[in-house]
This record gives sequence, structure tokens and C-alpha cells, in this order.
Amino acid sequence: MDQFPVYLAVILTVVPVAFALLFPLLLAGPLTWAERRQSAYMQDRIGPNRAAIVLPGGKEYRVFGLLHPLADVIKLITKEDTIHHSVDKFLYNLAPLIALFPALVTFVIIPFGPDLAYQAGAMVIAPFANGSVPTGNTMELQGARVDIGILYIFAMSSLGVFGVTLAGYASSNKFALLGGLRASAQMISYEVTLGLSLIGLIMVFQTLEPSSMVYQQGELMWGVIPKWGILIQPLGFIVFLTAAIAENKRTPFDLAEGESEIIGYFIEYSGMKFGMFFMAEYVEVVVISGIVTTLFLGGWQLPFLFSDGFHFPGGAFLGLHGAIVTAMGVGTFVFKVLFMCWFQLAIRWTLPRFRYDQVMNLGWKILLPLSLANMVVTGLVLLS
Amino acid sequence: MSGHGHGHAEEHPKGGYVKNVARTLEHDFIEKLFVPAIAVGLGVTIRHFFRNLLFKERYTQTIEYPDVKPAYPARFRGMHRLVPRDDGKPRCVACFMCQTACPANCIHIEAGETPDGSIEKFPLVFKIDELRCVVCGLCVEACPCDAIRMDTGFHPPPVQTRAEADVGRNDLLSFFGRDELPAQERSAAHPPPTAGGLGRIDRTEGDLGAGGSRGGF
Repeated sequence: MDQFPVYLAVILTVVPVAFALLFPLLLAGPLTWAERRQSAYMQDRIGPNRAAIVLPGGKEYRVFGLLHPLADVIKLITKEDTIHHSVDKFLYNLAPLIALFPALVTFVIIPFGPDLAYQAGAMVIAPFANGSVPTGNTMELQGARVDIGILYIFAMSSLGVFGVTLAGYASSNKFALLGGLRASAQMISYEVTLGLSLIGLIMVFQTLEPSSMVYQQGELMWGVIPKWGILIQPLGFIVFLTAAIAENKRTPFDLAEGESEIIGYFIEYSGMKFGMFFMAEYVEVVVISGIVTTLFLGGWQLPFLFSDGFHFPGGAFLGLHGAIVTAMGVGTFVFKVLFMCWFQLAIRWTLPRFRYDQVMNLGWKILLPLSLANMVVTGLVLLS
Repeated sequence: MSGHGHGHAEEHPKGGYVKNVARTLEHDFIEKLFVPAIAVGLGVTIRHFFRNLLFKERYTQTIEYPDVKPAYPARFRGMHRLVPRDDGKPRCVACFMCQTACPANCIHIEAGETPDGSIEKFPLVFKIDELRCVVCGLCVEACPCDAIRMDTGFHPPPVQTRAEADVGRNDLLSFFGRDELPAQERSAAHPPPTAGGLGRIDRTEGDLGAGGSRGGF
């Protein structure tokens, strides 16, 4: 494989980083719409559909209410930003940034397409087949290839605690403080489970690098079933998803908010500063979907699709151009992420919320032992 | 609590009786797993989601009001109207029965004498204050000549001033009963004075002989 020309190298460096930053950010707005609209459909309502663009001729375009996030953003930005005189101004202004920042930077280690190589004056797909990881001079469709990618995810997600805690601490409001307290206790508790639930997966794949995990998930077990994380670590998947939703503080684990009791750590925030907490939640939904997709659902892998086309079990072969394979890989990744977003919203609107002691019980007494058991059983299976 | 009584009253140490409610709900292992129950719940919500999203027959009952208007029931009491005779003059003989029956005192009638003497009286002024009207329909019941009805099918529209809510004789005479004309014909020739408010109605009382829009005296 040849050296990439400089312009291609620059493009292939900038595009994945831009994708990693913009994909969750731009998906957050439509997700607020999807949340309201989907919950409406699940509850036999209609949901927001009135915001419209009215042309001079009087013709209205409502596009299923998709303009509501736009209207929300305009409202939040133009709203007066009220700051109480007794807040700690520095920490108060810093908190929403800290809350949003980890959510935005986590997506960078998630691969969204196969590695590319340069051969004979043209860009080609780096050859991979049945679990093999391409080597050599390749460019990756991944913001940053970090060897300790999974650890990076945990490092960043644990930073998110600071935003919430500082928001509650700096607001000089006892309800905000209670919310921040709850949020920090909950997030720290579930972080343990979050990490331990992935140990099994890491043991199976023998790597912390997400891209390598995705390549290994393309392997076919018994020549038929793709070796997706969800199939080899089903318990790990359930525990991880539960812990991730708890980490994101969404219903059924939305103890940090609780409109009927303490409102939440962002009670003193108005305008776009509140909007940033709100946005962080939805960006995190996308990030969790991306992580779950990468670790458990085979990432951008489509079953039986390898770098030269489909190899169906039984020997049937459908050759495809490298560009099409790449496009299908990226499309598969986006589809899986959207599906996981949808699934998270479905969970959020299906389950009632836990009581605080129940959240702690679930985290420490059920999920943590389960993830430990999962680790032990995986280890025994791998040893035998 | 499960060790205590099951639903029977026990004497409290401090006196009085306290009812012990049995809470012996035990979860079996499958229920304690949560996951099957969550799957069932997700099944219900996702079924509703897809049926409402994809299928024509939905669970949703919402009517998007300003865009879609539900049909009023057949006996809906709407805006009053004065029923005309064949020659277009009101049937009303200014007998004051409706004004007397009205519990809200919203009807104001001033009687005049007909020039030809065939019918003794006619309403020189017939005003209904739609803001005071309680839509009880007693005026319709009281009328001996079926001259006032509430079958227009539209409700009194919003108004900007109190004076606008006073609907006069000629306006009342210009309204049609909703069974009188086919809906399309009616809406084309005589749009119901709803959204624009009563201020849109031509409320020139005209001279005695002019009558309403249906012909004069």
C-alpha cells in the first residue's frame, strides 16, 4: 500500500474529526424533536407539529414539527440570562461547559467506517475479512485512533460528573445542591458498573481499541453468525446499557432532576446555559448509542460484508466496489446509532422512575455483582 | 408488614384501631430479573408507537382543532336566528314571550305596528346580547310562532367590543339554519360569520321597509 498524497491525508484527517464533533451535536436537536414526537406516538398523542415556515404566498411548511428544535434554540438564545447575585459566578458559568464538553469529545474514538488505503493512484478500502484487522499504511474513518480508547471513554464520562456537581454547588440553591449531590452519587456509583461490565468484552477481544473491536466483530462464528458483542456478552450488554442510561441521568434514573421534588441541579440556569445541560443530555444519548453500536452491535460492520463485497454463508459472493462498501459501512453505522437512540427514547418513555434508594440498590447490589459475575464467567469460559 | 395481620383491625398500643393492610406481594425470580417485564412493557409502548406511526387505524383520538373541526351534534344550540316568513319578513310578532322567558335578560325587543294591519306587531328592534346569553334555549321553547331558533350550527364568534356582541334584527334574520341549505351552497353564498367576528357582518339596520338580507318589510 502506498503513501497517501498530502491533500487526501488532510481531508481524511479533518473529515472524521468534523464528523465526530458534528454528528452528535447536530443529532441532538432532532433528538429533542424525536423524544417529544416519539413519546407522543407511544402515548397515543400527536406531539409538536405546529412550528412552520410560512412563505410570502401564505404556504406553510411544517415538516412534521421538525422546526420545533429550531424554534427552541432561537428562544433559548434570545432569552434573558438571569444570574442570581449570590451564585459563584466563575463556577456557575463554567459548569454548563464542563457538562457539555465530555459528551462532545467522546465520539472522537468511535470508528464509523472501514479503514482506507491508497493503492496505485486511487483510494481503496483497506482489505479486511472475517475478523482480520488491516495493517500497513491506512487512514481511518475515526476521529482519533487511541490505543486505550475504552479508557478514554471512561475518563471523559467521569469528567461529566464535575459539570453537574459544580452546577449544583455554585448555584447557591439548596434544591440545586441536592440535585447535584444526587447526580454525583449516582454517576460515581454507576461508573463502577459501567467499567466492569465492559471487562468481559475487553477480555474476549483482547484490546481496548474500538476500531480493532469492530473488525473482530466482523468475524463469523461457525461461518454464520457475526461475532457481535451483544451475542457473546448479552449480560454485559444489558448491564452496560442500564449503567449508561443511569450515567446519563435519564428516566428511569432521573433522580438528579425530579420535577415534582427538587427540580434539579440546573434550576438556577436560564436561557442557553440551561440549554447546554439539556443539549449535553441528548449528545450523550448519541454518544451512548455510538459506544453501544461500536462495542456490542458490530459498529459499521454489516453481516457478511467484507472489503470486496458480500460473502454469504454457503459460498455465494456479491462483489461490490470499495466506495460502495465504505458508504454501506458508514450508512450501517448511522442506522445502528439512530436505532439505539430510538431504543433509548423508547425505554425512557416506557419505564417509571426509580426511587433514590432503589437506584442505589440496583447499582451496588444488583448491577455491580452481575458485572463481576459476568467478568468471572467470561474468564472461566476463555480459560477452558 | 407481611408478618402481621392481613387486612383486619388490631388494637393499637396507644388506643384506637389501626387497619393493617396486607402487603404480601412476593416477586418470583423471573419478576425480580426485571428484564422480561421491561420487555413486555416495551412491547406495549412500541406497538402503540408503530401503530400510530405506520397504520391508518390509530389509537390516537386527537382532533387537530383549528385545522379539523368536529361536527356538532344534531341538537347543538348555536347562534340564534330569526326565522323568516315566505316573504322574507320575520315571523316574530313581538309578543315578548322570549324576552320574558330569558333567564339572562339578554333579549331586547321594541315592537312596531305593521302598516297593512294584517299582523298586528313586528319587532322594530330585536337585539340579543350574545355575551349575556346562557344558551339555555328557553327563548326557542317560549316562542309561539317558531320565530326564533338556535339551529344555525355555529356558535357566537369572538368579538372585540361589547357592542359587537349585540346582534340585531337584520343580522339574526340573515342567518340560515344549518339544515336549510346544503352546506356547500350555504358556505359559498353565505359564509358563516365566525372567524372574523360579528364585526364583519353588515349591520346597517336600514329603514323600516328594507328588512334583512333576505328581503324587506
